[in-house]
Amino acid sequence: MTSFFQIQNPAAARRAFLGRSAVVLSGAAVALLAGRDVLAAKSGKSAAADVRILNTALGAELEAIAAYQVGAESGLLEKPVLSLASQFQGHHKEHADVLAGTIRKLGGKPVSARSKYEFPVESLKNQADVLRFAASLEKGAVSAYLGAVPLFANRDLSKAAASILGDEAMHWAVLRNALGENPVPSAFVS
Amino acid sequence: MLEGAVLLAALAAGDPKAGEAVYSRCLACHSLERHRTGPKHCGLFGRKAGSAPGFEYSAAMKRSRLVWNEKALDIFLADPMKTVPGTTMTYAGVEHPKERADLIAYLKKESQCPAS
Repeated sequence: MTSFFQIQNPAAARRAFLGRSAVVLSGAAVALLAGRDVLAAKSGKSAAADVRILNTALGAELEAIAAYQVGAESGLLEKPVLSLASQFQGHHKEHADVLAGTIRKLGGKPVSARSKYEFPVESLKNQADVLRFAASLEKGAVSAYLGAVPLFANRDLSKAAASILGDEAMHWAVLRNALGENPVPSAFVS
Repeated sequence: MLEGAVLLAALAAGDPKAGEAVYSRCLACHSLERHRTGPKHCGLFGRKAGSAPGFEYSAAMKRSRLVWNEKALDIFLADPMKTVPGTTMTYAGVEHPKERADLIAYLKKESQCPAS
């Protein structure tokens, strides 16, 4: 299989990646948006718990957006890695938008981005450091969504979270590949 | 009977190196040094739950009356939302006792705050 980083033309690499991820993301968005009436109709304790799960996920997505911004502005990333980092940040923005919208539909209040995030910028000296940092966040995100999927009272939300999980796992694999590591180190994620 | 005792001892000991791999699951929300979506783990052992300065905890965690030690962590990490209903640590938990023991051993080893 050809790596995104082995495709000489960055635009082609981006198109190749978008072509796959768009399918995953649209699945999540459609599930959430189409379920509007069902979501609105659900209320009470289970909906409150679902809102709490969604808000934790939203908080992590907002932090990821900020982290990718730090990476993009670090001056350490070169194309096509910079383009992909920007694309991944865009995905996290899409996740955040969908999560925030769903929280509102459930009658909750979405958390806001913090005014300031603390990142280990002192340890980011080159492109590989930034990629390694991003990969650790993406792997953590995979685990976080995996830990959230079975908790939702509303199974549409589980489906949507699993869809986001798939996107985060692709980010993680691409970042590992860029670092020269086995992009898919095992048959299961945990 | 003896085998059971050996297994229990192994679980109690925990392997911090194996625990580091388990901790990678926590990195979406936590770090040792910094508050993130979740609180930092520096200074965790012996800390009253919901009390790390500078982190905004859920009301549920603040009133949980937990103090973080091996036993409390083992119970909480097995099922955070059941142990502290209302927690914002909305995670299914670390199901396997050995993985929890390893994770706790790692946290115990690494969660000393650096001298400032």
